[in-house]
Amino acid sequence: MATRTGSNPKDLAFEKASAVFAFAVLALTVLLFAVLLRESMPALRKFGVRFLVSGTWDPVADQYGALPFIYGTLLSSFLAILIAVPLSVGAAIFINEFAPQWLKKPVSFLAELLAAIPSVIYGLWGIFVLVPILRDYLMKPVAKYLGWIPLFKGPVYGPSVLAAGWLLSIMIVPFILSVSREVMATVPQRQKEAVLSLGGTRWEMIRIVIGQHCIPGIFGATVLGLGRALGETMAVTMVIGNRPEVFLSLFQQGYSMAAVIANEFAEAGGLQLSSLILIGLLLFLVTLVVNLAAKWILTKMVARASRGI
Amino acid sequence: MGTIAFRRKAVDRAMKWAFFLCAFLVILPLFLVFFDLLIKGGKELRWTLLTDLPHPVGEPGGGIANGIAGTFVITLLTMAWSVPVAVMCGIYLAEYGRGKFASAVRFAVDTLTGVPSIIMGIFGYILIVLPMKRFSAWAGAAALSMIFIPVVVRTTEDMLRTVPTTVREAALALGIEQWKTTLYITVRTASAGILTGILLAMARIIGETAPLLFTTLGNQFWQTRLDQPMAAMPLQVFSYAISPYEDWHDKAWAGALVLITMVLLINIVARYLTREKR
Repeated sequence: MATRTGSNPKDLAFEKASAVFAFAVLALTVLLFAVLLRESMPALRKFGVRFLVSGTWDPVADQYGALPFIYGTLLSSFLAILIAVPLSVGAAIFINEFAPQWLKKPVSFLAELLAAIPSVIYGLWGIFVLVPILRDYLMKPVAKYLGWIPLFKGPVYGPSVLAAGWLLSIMIVPFILSVSREVMATVPQRQKEAVLSLGGTRWEMIRIVIGQHCIPGIFGATVLGLGRALGETMAVTMVIGNRPEVFLSLFQQGYSMAAVIANEFAEAGGLQLSSLILIGLLLFLVTLVVNLAAKWILTKMVARASRGI
Repeated sequence: MGTIAFRRKAVDRAMKWAFFLCAFLVILPLFLVFFDLLIKGGKELRWTLLTDLPHPVGEPGGGIANGIAGTFVITLLTMAWSVPVAVMCGIYLAEYGRGKFASAVRFAVDTLTGVPSIIMGIFGYILIVLPMKRFSAWAGAAALSMIFIPVVVRTTEDMLRTVPTTVREAALALGIEQWKTTLYITVRTASAGILTGILLAMARIIGETAPLLFTTLGNQFWQTRLDQPMAAMPLQVFSYAISPYEDWHDKAWAGALVLITMVLLINIVARYLTREKR
């Protein structure tokens, strides 16, 4: 950006000073990874790969396996994506293509506000409002009539993987929505007009043009939302039920990686602490990969759009 | 022919309503959450909520004053050292950031932005709680700064990049030294945007709970020492919410109402700042 001005010592000092702070940020990141790795070593050495596939979490016997937490995290995040993506994409299309001008700003502002609500407040609302509603009007009837399907088997308690997924979906909608809108905005106006001028309806225009252009971008937005959902802690901890088991039913109480850290960390020591930190390290690596993937997809998308394909 | 056209139009109309329904369902939870916060939280909203310490279960009254104070202290502590670090890092990236080192820093910032906040709590625990052998406000501030810094670095860099190069060149052409140009011309031009970024990050860390769970831990009483466990609003909301007592649930709602009011106020101020600029 700036032009170099040779050898003014003050300029050089300022550049170096700012570089020191930049280095500090880099060092903090490396330090974060290093301490996670170092502190999780005892658990990693003791359990190895078994940590990923073992379902025992037993502080009394000092045996730890992360499978129930990994399973709960993946299942609730997957549910969240399943609910959030269609809604966000539909809402993005509505705001971008259908909404009258005066409505666009308020709607997107309100959607952005969803992202400003602290996670603990979502959790509070989840416990006392969302969970009872889901339990009485969705889970109980479904378990009663469709309980023979393993996915919907009772008993119904309320706190469950389904509740966690549902709450997560509300929390990740604003991110998927705003990225989807940005992606849709990269579609060249003339292509939309071309379809309309041939007598196509708005929906046909959306199906043809947006369907052609935006699928990779929407996929990128989805992956970004997934990254959010995987690491979400408080809201999930408060509604998932906190029971470390692997099961098929969405109505069962489950657990997540972030939730077990939140619940047990303060009182843990020794191998249990190390195991919890190992779960943290896994979560760190998974979210890193997911976020990098999202970024890669979206940058490719932007590059493609700027070439006008 | 006519029926085909009719069908196409009908499908078009149906899809329009379907998309409208999506937008409605996206916004709906926002209203539900605020409605419940106002109804259930407003019920408990008394002056003593803001001035009193928490009371034991069963005893009426009591407040979250220590939590409000704790959140205030921890937030200030976090920002006191995070703001200079983040802004200077942003200046470096925007003004000098070329080459491998800058790419590495940008990658680090991207990485930190995506790290789940609970992991920052682990970071604070290992780095501060373990060596000091006790939970403390310091540890909470360390954890929160890991969330605060990347957000502010990003916005600072972005905002500085919106300042046209011609502005810098004009200042340099007048013989102003480069470091003065950066600080007094470029940064000042972008200051509203940078401040907005700082405020939004502040609103975010005020509501963060997970990083504080095992760093500041929470406290039932006043605490003035920074090397001791300290109360914080989001922690109080959490522990009241998961408690089995009815009157603590009411307190959780009231605390949440106070918390969301602060977060929203800061958000609105932040948005107002950049709006005025344009």
